[in-house]
Amino acid sequence: MKTKPLFIKLSHPIFMKYKTIIGLETHVELATESKMFCGCSGNYFGQSPNSQVCPVCLGLPGALPVPNEQAIKWTVLIGLALNCQINLSSYFERKHYFYPDLPKGYQISQYAKPLCQNGYLMVNNRKIRINRVHLEEDTGKLLHGQQFNDKGSYIDFNRSGVPLVEIVTEPDVESAPQAAKYLKQLQLIIQYLNVSDCDMEKGSMRCEPNISVVNYNSWQKNQQLPDYKVEVKNINSFRFVQQAIAFEEERQALLLDKNQQPKQETRRYLESKRQTEAMRSKEFAQDYRYFPEPDIPPLELNPTLIQKLNKQLQTIDLPTQRLEKLMKDYGLSSETALVLTENKKLGDNYLRLVKNSQDLDKTKLANLLINKKIAADLNPDDFFTQAKHLLSKKNIDQATFDQTIEKVIIDNPKAVADYRQGKQTALQFLLGQCLRTLGRQIEVEQLKHLLVEKLALKK
Amino acid sequence: MTTINRLRQSYRTKKRHPAELISGLFKQIKKLNPQLNAYLTLNEELALKQANELKNFDLPLAGIPIAIKDNFCTKDLRTTASAKLLDDFVPPYDATVIKKLKDNGAIIIGKTNMDAWAHGSSTETSDYGPTTNPYDLNRLPGGSSGGSAAAVASGLPPFALGSETAGSIRQPAAWCGVVGLKPTYGRVSRYGLIAMGSSLDCPGPLTRHVEDAALLLGLLAGYDKYDATSTKEPVDNYLKALKAKRKFTLGISDDYFEGVDSKIINEFMKAKRILEKLGHNFKKIKLINPKYSISLYTILQRAEVSSNLCRYDGVRFGKPRSSFSQQAKRRMMLGAFTLSVGYYDAYYLKAQKIRTLIINNFKEAFKQVDLIVAPTTPVTALKLGESETNPMFGEVMDQLIEASSIAGLPGINLPIGLQQGLPVGLQIFGPHLSETEIIDLAKQYEDETAFYQIKPSDFYEI
Repeated sequence: MKTKPLFIKLSHPIFMKYKTIIGLETHVELATESKMFCGCSGNYFGQSPNSQVCPVCLGLPGALPVPNEQAIKWTVLIGLALNCQINLSSYFERKHYFYPDLPKGYQISQYAKPLCQNGYLMVNNRKIRINRVHLEEDTGKLLHGQQFNDKGSYIDFNRSGVPLVEIVTEPDVESAPQAAKYLKQLQLIIQYLNVSDCDMEKGSMRCEPNISVVNYNSWQKNQQLPDYKVEVKNINSFRFVQQAIAFEEERQALLLDKNQQPKQETRRYLESKRQTEAMRSKEFAQDYRYFPEPDIPPLELNPTLIQKLNKQLQTIDLPTQRLEKLMKDYGLSSETALVLTENKKLGDNYLRLVKNSQDLDKTKLANLLINKKIAADLNPDDFFTQAKHLLSKKNIDQATFDQTIEKVIIDNPKAVADYRQGKQTALQFLLGQCLRTLGRQIEVEQLKHLLVEKLALKK
Repeated sequence: MTTINRLRQSYRTKKRHPAELISGLFKQIKKLNPQLNAYLTLNEELALKQANELKNFDLPLAGIPIAIKDNFCTKDLRTTASAKLLDDFVPPYDATVIKKLKDNGAIIIGKTNMDAWAHGSSTETSDYGPTTNPYDLNRLPGGSSGGSAAAVASGLPPFALGSETAGSIRQPAAWCGVVGLKPTYGRVSRYGLIAMGSSLDCPGPLTRHVEDAALLLGLLAGYDKYDATSTKEPVDNYLKALKAKRKFTLGISDDYFEGVDSKIINEFMKAKRILEKLGHNFKKIKLINPKYSISLYTILQRAEVSSNLCRYDGVRFGKPRSSFSQQAKRRMMLGAFTLSVGYYDAYYLKAQKIRTLIINNFKEAFKQVDLIVAPTTPVTALKLGESETNPMFGEVMDQLIEASSIAGLPGINLPIGLQQGLPVGLQIFGPHLSETEIIDLAKQYEDETAFYQIKPSDFYEI
């Protein structure tokens, strides 16, 4: 099969003709100690299959869910960070569908009354409205036979019941790069809240874009959403999100060119082909038969809890605040500050270590960490010592070295002669004379090497 | 006249040993079960071992034999809910109530028959055949806790655990002539009880004496961190309630006599006179006619059933979905329908609104009266086969109970006599967490009538 070109030149006529409308559904697994509705550990990554399960997350007859308070608080925290309204009265519902990785035949989720609603996230000065932030549970994982050299399918329920937050935007995103930007920003915010590691590769953050390409003129006229949208699943990196959206933009545009309406469907992204492929038709909305979960009483949040969480949020530096702080208080360039903001862990270490290294240059310290010249996991004292040593080395050019050494050799003929007769102390003397000129804070070994070389030449 | 306390007393004074009692019990069960079909699974080996090893009788249920309805998960003991789909299901965990019974020293005798998945009021929809009524083997024991009710009525043993969604403890208790106590929703943990209607399900004891029901309830009740719907309200001292002897204002509503067999009404009137003689006042009240609760209950319960049975999808329990019986399939289809887009508002949501009306109706009533009394069932035990022709059999048989169940209220059935050899029941129900008052009144009635003396011809005195 011929692979279609992925990115289209900006001069392509479709850019004048069409507009892309994107809504993003993002799932984030919360890093709570236990699962959403039982006491099992929620940290399933790398654990042996079905080793972290109990009657509740296996959906055994008679087992009942009890909600994890921490997960509810963290979801509210995410909602507050995304400028959402918090519903003080909210409840869980059952969302029914059959799939082997869903042990109860329904997922406990939120529908009519999510915990958080009507927020927004600013992305490059553009407001991306957040429709809702709600809490649900993750499913198990299906493993297919090839891995075990047979044709069977296997289910690992370790992931079953891990708390999952779903963040849904309004269809406010207009392009693939903007989608990526939104996602990166969302990821950072949640990482900064310390509630999830948001690792796309590990699957603790997953994104499903909903993409509709429409005729630009008719959109300008009535701003009406079309009655088709394509949901793309199976995306596990920001790069693939962009590629999948770009592919869909072209695919749908080409259909519209031919006066065909794109089908409402769910497609899957295939990395190897850089294409999306149809999974199932979505022409008829699936009936999930939602109804309030009778096993869990409605959630009534105390307003003081919201106040407390809001206060907690004030004490947390979010990415924009850190960026600002690094530039303003630490005098870092925007590029350096951005690196330390986007790599949260590195930035955390920088802020932790820089406190004890006050008389050292803050930009240079940052560069040491960024360029991995120094270990980031040191204790502040060791960091200070090492950093001081590294930073105090002067950068002396080769010519200065050469001049200095040659001058010392000429000025001290006796010592040179002593050295050449095998007197090692004479070398130390000559070295000292060089250092006197160059200053002590240089690489002594390098200087010694050069001196020995020159002494050998002049013989 | 064996009560739990008398049994314990006889153990302590070494008049009896539980091993001898338990082995005698199994002998009798094996003799009668072929015709009663009250038990699906016996726990003989383990029960005897446990009885033999018993030395300390300090625990409140030490050496006390008890029958368990087969919808409670019992660790390492087969649990089917009378459904072939779970024919070989051996739970890896104990329901909270089972754990409590075990922790208090009880000896589990076996698992009792019921309507499959608790779908019914006859025990005739069991995938393992019907249980028969100890008073007449050609008749039904009621249900869905029919196996437990028949076991208690026959003294095999006189203590059992049942569960009720709307009538499943009290209706079979009425038809088998035993005490059946359904607590307030949330008073007793549902964890490990195979769900039927999750917003209604409630475990409760079936016994021959009010005292035993009170004692068992006291041990089973309480907040459970594994059940988010269990209440944190402190548990009353139900044993103290047995001696309270308070005078009550009792509500009586004409709507609860509509369509009730005149022989049952006659028997009820005799009971009423006894209660009056004991110094209780009767007051006529107006309640929403319980017949309206039939449609409401049907919608809510079927919706929850259709959801609760989704997990038996054929992936994990070995048996395919085709092993669901007709009754279960009917309920799932009806429930799925009422939850579907476009029908949800018309059925499920409307039913929830009417539920609120009924709750409020009772709240108003309990401003005027302490407790309400009524017949438990419209008829006495019907013949085998009668449930099969009527898909709404259960709802009709439970119509006098459903309204109070929908409101989550506690209630009890007391045997008040025999009509043509068949037991007649009276129910007392009250406001939320009024178990204390219910037990108090029930005990006064029991002391006056000694109804526990009524028993079937095959009754076994342990």
